[in-house]
Amino acid sequence: MTTMSTRAKVGVAAASAVLLGAVAAGYAAVAAEPAGSPAPPAAAGVGAVTLEPGPRLLTVTDRHVASVAAADPAGPRTVSNLECLRVYAAAGTGVCLGPENAWSYQVVVLDSALRPRQSVAIPGLPNRARVSASGRMISWTTFVGGDSYTASGFSTRTGILDTRSGTTVTSLEGFAVTRDGKPYRSADVNYWGVTFTADDNVFYATMSTGGKRYLVRGDLAARKVETLKENVECPSLSPDGTRLAFKQAIDADPQRGWRLSVLDLAAMRVTPTAETTSVDDQAAWLDAETLAYTLRQDDGRPDVWAVPADGSGAPRLLVPNAESPSPLT
Amino acid sequence: MYLSTVSRPRTEPPSVDTGRSGRRFALVSGNVVALGAVSLITDVSAEMVTAVLPLYLVLGLQLSPLAFGVVDGVYTGATALLRVVGGFVADRIRRRKLVAGFGYALSAVAKIGLLLAGRSVPLIGAVIAVDRLGKGVRSAPRDALITASTPPESLGRAFGVHRTMDSVGAFLGPLVAMAVLLAVGRSYDAVFVTSFCVAALAVVVLVLFVRERPSQPPAGEPAAGDAPSPTDQADGAAGEDADGGKVAVREVFGLLRDRPARRLVTAAVLLGLATVGDGFVYLLLQRRENVDLSWFPLFAVGTSLVYLLLATPIGLLADRIGRLPVVLGGYAALGVTYLLLAGPVAGWPLLVLALTLYGVFYAATDGVLIALAGPVLPARLRTTGIALVQSGQALAYLVSSVLFGLGWQAWGPENAAGVAAVAVAAVLLVTVLLLAPAYRPVTRKVS
Repeated sequence: MTTMSTRAKVGVAAASAVLLGAVAAGYAAVAAEPAGSPAPPAAAGVGAVTLEPGPRLLTVTDRHVASVAAADPAGPRTVSNLECLRVYAAAGTGVCLGPENAWSYQVVVLDSALRPRQSVAIPGLPNRARVSASGRMISWTTFVGGDSYTASGFSTRTGILDTRSGTTVTSLEGFAVTRDGKPYRSADVNYWGVTFTADDNVFYATMSTGGKRYLVRGDLAARKVETLKENVECPSLSPDGTRLAFKQAIDADPQRGWRLSVLDLAAMRVTPTAETTSVDDQAAWLDAETLAYTLRQDDGRPDVWAVPADGSGAPRLLVPNAESPSPLT
Repeated sequence: MYLSTVSRPRTEPPSVDTGRSGRRFALVSGNVVALGAVSLITDVSAEMVTAVLPLYLVLGLQLSPLAFGVVDGVYTGATALLRVVGGFVADRIRRRKLVAGFGYALSAVAKIGLLLAGRSVPLIGAVIAVDRLGKGVRSAPRDALITASTPPESLGRAFGVHRTMDSVGAFLGPLVAMAVLLAVGRSYDAVFVTSFCVAALAVVVLVLFVRERPSQPPAGEPAAGDAPSPTDQADGAAGEDADGGKVAVREVFGLLRDRPARRLVTAAVLLGLATVGDGFVYLLLQRRENVDLSWFPLFAVGTSLVYLLLATPIGLLADRIGRLPVVLGGYAALGVTYLLLAGPVAGWPLLVLALTLYGVFYAATDGVLIALAGPVLPARLRTTGIALVQSGQALAYLVSSVLFGLGWQAWGPENAAGVAAVAVAAVLLVTVLLLAPAYRPVTRKVS
């Protein structure tokens, strides 16, 4: 190598660059996905998805909002042109976390005909979305990279929008925290997975700090939260307001996965469901007794599953090739 | 993107051709430009992945990325230890280029590893660890090569030019990643393959154009043989080490008993302890000004831009007025940044001032500290010594981040920032006491 002339070295470097460039270009050409928004799957009917309450189930299929009949969830589905990564609806109001442009995402509030009513730009990548039972309160969680003090870590941002007053809270991180009865503050406080109670003011959510994850009860008007219990993530309040479905980190270690469980709020008693596969989702209550959630196959493809909330029975496949389930109540 | 990949070698290798660069790049030696080009290309590759990794993990693989930060401290510790081991090996076998090349190659391979790891969280974690290990292993031998390729009185500008080229690559990386994604849609694997190809090109440039020893050494330096690097002649302490023999482990401990080297490493650790971490600085700024969260990433961009623009001018300044004053000035800028975060200034002036001073801090300390260290460390153990300085800083930085987090909890963010400013002032004072006696002759000579 040391005997090579400068001209030879430049030649070798140029040849390497051309070769490596060709490898990259060739791979990109093979791997590229067709430009533009992918069309809805041909096998499904394209039609008008509506959020009007009824015996249907809302999901995301191939990044598009779709609905199926509750009585035949694996049967024919109606797929809209609306592109969302996460969707939820209640009382004729929907929320869609979808692309704003090639680089950023937004929260879009939808009316019952899926028409956008309002949108909020959000930092980071879509993760969770919820509408309160009345259709008034919208909440969302996104992942953001690189702003935690571990530099390479991820953190979350959780926001709330009151569609009636127009008030938007872009991050819960400014709320006053009471942990185990004492005032608390820390740079690493993070929130995710909001679920609203019937009064549209008090909510439950997950707060993470110091490597622990807590169930918190929040008061939106008072801008404060208090911790209730450790190791409860992504709570989802039952229609009667007495139980929370949530994901419980196995041995309190998220690296080992999560068990879908139900917390009785009066007795503060936890019942694991019959689903033993790790569930990384904010479950939805299909009715007073049944939970729906997304599971992913080894290659990442999603399916919607259902399991009884009381710990009995067994999980069953509800909607294949779909994610982000929401009953239309 | 392909244009930039393909055209780079045509524009860059001539710049390291000593025949022509002698006139065009009189600022620094060809070897430094070659190392700068390698760093530039590698940073394009690395920042491509950094920009896309969250998208890939969250939207491509549908993983919950919160699990990734947990073992961060362990990785940092392991990387710090292996960096010192790598530095020692480079000194022992006297092949800094080989060890640096190994580090660059390791990071290149990690890009392909990301593809092969699939949805396995432990595997992805391991691949990220390998990538960081490569980064840790290569930096000390690379900086030792820059030191060896530069006359002592020009070290400031050599590191300035190198760090500027490095940051230009970091700036281009996300743009290249965006260009790839525009071309291929959501096929993130194409970004990783492109990133691998770019990283491999950097290894090729290193192999072809970086020299273990400069071919045109400064006067008095034998061109061949086992003689250590050219700066020895200017480095009285290193003269006695010029005899042959392999570097032994006990010499590393001897290095820490050697007063100037020990003081240097101590100062580096103390300065690291006074640095609380970018995340905290940006978070405090965002909260104080209630900046829209979508603008948050621009804080880092602003800081890097200042760093990029000032690294070379400040390096030149360091050669003129002395490196110690410049490093101390850099930490003074850091202290003022913390004061601003705690203090009464608000609005746009706060944002602009804080980010500018934070960029000045990086420009005045990152490369200049190594330029300051180079001549103090004996040539036989220079790579090990640089690795000790860098690892000491990295570990101290980890500790200070945890301490600042605790301070935030106990006293609130503004007060914690005030305490950090006081800590910077105290460490500055200790650093002056530690380093000023040893450096006075050096700074006098170069000024």
